[in-house]
Amino acid sequence: MEILVASAIGAMTAGGVYLLLRLRTFPVILGLALLSYAVNVFLFSSGRLAIDMSPILSKYGEASYTDPLPQALVLTAIVISFGMTAVLVMISLGAFLESDTDSIDIDQTETDEDAAQ
Amino acid sequence: MSHWIILPVVLPAMLAPIIGFMMRHDIVLARVTSTVGAVLLLAVSLVLVSMAADGTTHIYRLGDWPAPFGIVLVLDRLSALMVLLTAVLALMVLLHAMATGWDDRGRHFHALFQFQLMGICGAFLTGDIFNLFVFFEILLIASYGLMIHSGGRERMRAGLQYVVMNLAGSTLFLFALGTLYASTGTLNIADLAAKIPDIPADEAGLVRVAAMLLMIVFAVKAALFPVQFWLPATYSNAPAPVAALFAIMTKVGAYSILRVHTVVFGPGVAGTEGMIDAWLFPAAIVTIALGAFGVLGAKRLMPLISFSVVGSMGTLLVAVAAFSPVATTAALYYMVHSTFAAACLFLIADLVVSRRKDDSLIPTAATVQNGLFAAIFFAAVIAMAGMPPLSGFLGKLLVLDALRDPGVIVWAWTAILAGSLLTIVGFARAGSALFWKSTSIEMALPEGEEVEVPNHATVAQVAPVMLTLSTLVILSVFAGPIANYLEQTSAQLFDRSGYISAVLAPVEES
Repeated sequence: MEILVASAIGAMTAGGVYLLLRLRTFPVILGLALLSYAVNVFLFSSGRLAIDMSPILSKYGEASYTDPLPQALVLTAIVISFGMTAVLVMISLGAFLESDTDSIDIDQTETDEDAAQ
Repeated sequence: MSHWIILPVVLPAMLAPIIGFMMRHDIVLARVTSTVGAVLLLAVSLVLVSMAADGTTHIYRLGDWPAPFGIVLVLDRLSALMVLLTAVLALMVLLHAMATGWDDRGRHFHALFQFQLMGICGAFLTGDIFNLFVFFEILLIASYGLMIHSGGRERMRAGLQYVVMNLAGSTLFLFALGTLYASTGTLNIADLAAKIPDIPADEAGLVRVAAMLLMIVFAVKAALFPVQFWLPATYSNAPAPVAALFAIMTKVGAYSILRVHTVVFGPGVAGTEGMIDAWLFPAAIVTIALGAFGVLGAKRLMPLISFSVVGSMGTLLVAVAAFSPVATTAALYYMVHSTFAAACLFLIADLVVSRRKDDSLIPTAATVQNGLFAAIFFAAVIAMAGMPPLSGFLGKLLVLDALRDPGVIVWAWTAILAGSLLTIVGFARAGSALFWKSTSIEMALPEGEEVEVPNHATVAQVAPVMLTLSTLVILSVFAGPIANYLEQTSAQLFDRSGYISAVLAPVEES
């Protein structure tokens, strides 16, 4: 299971970084979403991987339990990245409608303007 | 347990939704409420400074859970100082935004402004590193809104770049926190500081990774080379009052490096000994050079000021990279100074640029009140470039004096002194183009058209700039007492065992 989780995190991170470097809004949004999935799984596994265990102490004997804190952290991270993605989509849309381009690189337009002048 | 400590977070957090929901159609009411909020925040921060002045580390346990299990807010001299700095800056920026009408050129300026203050104050007060992440996100999401306030093509595009940059930074932050939690099992700063020295050097690989990742995240915020490239585009395209407020945002990054990398991975920790400063120092030197060349090469006023902010962050972080109490005292003084100097430059630039066609550094006919603007700009530049008599000179002197180690003296002194010279040249060129040569150009008025009514700056518009300048004067005049306070501040920061025992102290029964 460790290999499965680790390679999933690795694959998602690699995909996310690749998409992030495309410097077009739609791939970048997808890339950041992939990166946030990767980081969520990563945070989840930072409390050690455990199967079939409750996240609280059992009062019925010696049953072992899994660390509840990473789950709380992941929940916070999910909420924040969800909100951030929504904001990013709105700002991207605004920037696209204002400037008719979905490129994230600023310097390029400045040279375009210079060429136009 | 004193409830004053939570007020800088709760007060803006309560005001922001009220302004956002109930006063969104009434700009006058929103202005009054926002100003009252900023004044109250200033009052609260003064109380906090007086509480922290005796050197005790105050703890606020949220939900009264004891420290490593619950989230704590920690008030020491450094936190109190940073909250006070935020409150003073916020009030001046707010006055400027209202006097120039910036807050009325888009929606929800005041609500976003209060949320921004909540995030900044929270980041300065929290004693939990995951909580630091949450407050970072709060201040960032508010800053996204402020950044694109009043819209426009270039601003939206610069805003998009800023958002993407910071979202990538946040992801790195989470990776760092996961690594840190996996290797230590805690995210409380004091608890981390207690546990990490016990990890032997050859088993601390993961801790080193986490320390380096955190360093990169804070470097993005503090605009340190090689992740400084977002700053000039962002600051020069943001609305000017927002750019002035953002002067404190880079300091949030510097503060986080000071707090986390001194207390948690500080000097004497076997696992990370000598690793952080080995990277931070050269990066800061390059940042100074980049800032200086940027100032020299800028063709427009706003990017010019933005690059001077990059250069000042470099100077600040050179001092931070020494990780010694003396250098930290100098860094703190320079931090307070450079915040106000940058804010002052952005505010005066706003007054000048709004009376010109654009902010390009080409001589055009002189604007009204050319002499007044020129004088204020001159004073602000003296402060930013580090010339006597203003506090920039004292700040740089303190930094130079602290960096006397044989290994660093050549690089640090050369970079800071040469950087200052280039900054002076760049600013002198800008000032002469804007204010001096413009006096020799006659306004060519087309015949038959009405003469445009000169747009005089009112007292209310000039007052915030003058207030910001006067803080710089106060910083210079009372440099002695302030430096004493900062000396105690850095002594407290480097007293790691005092911090740990104060935060992890058992809860007394009441």
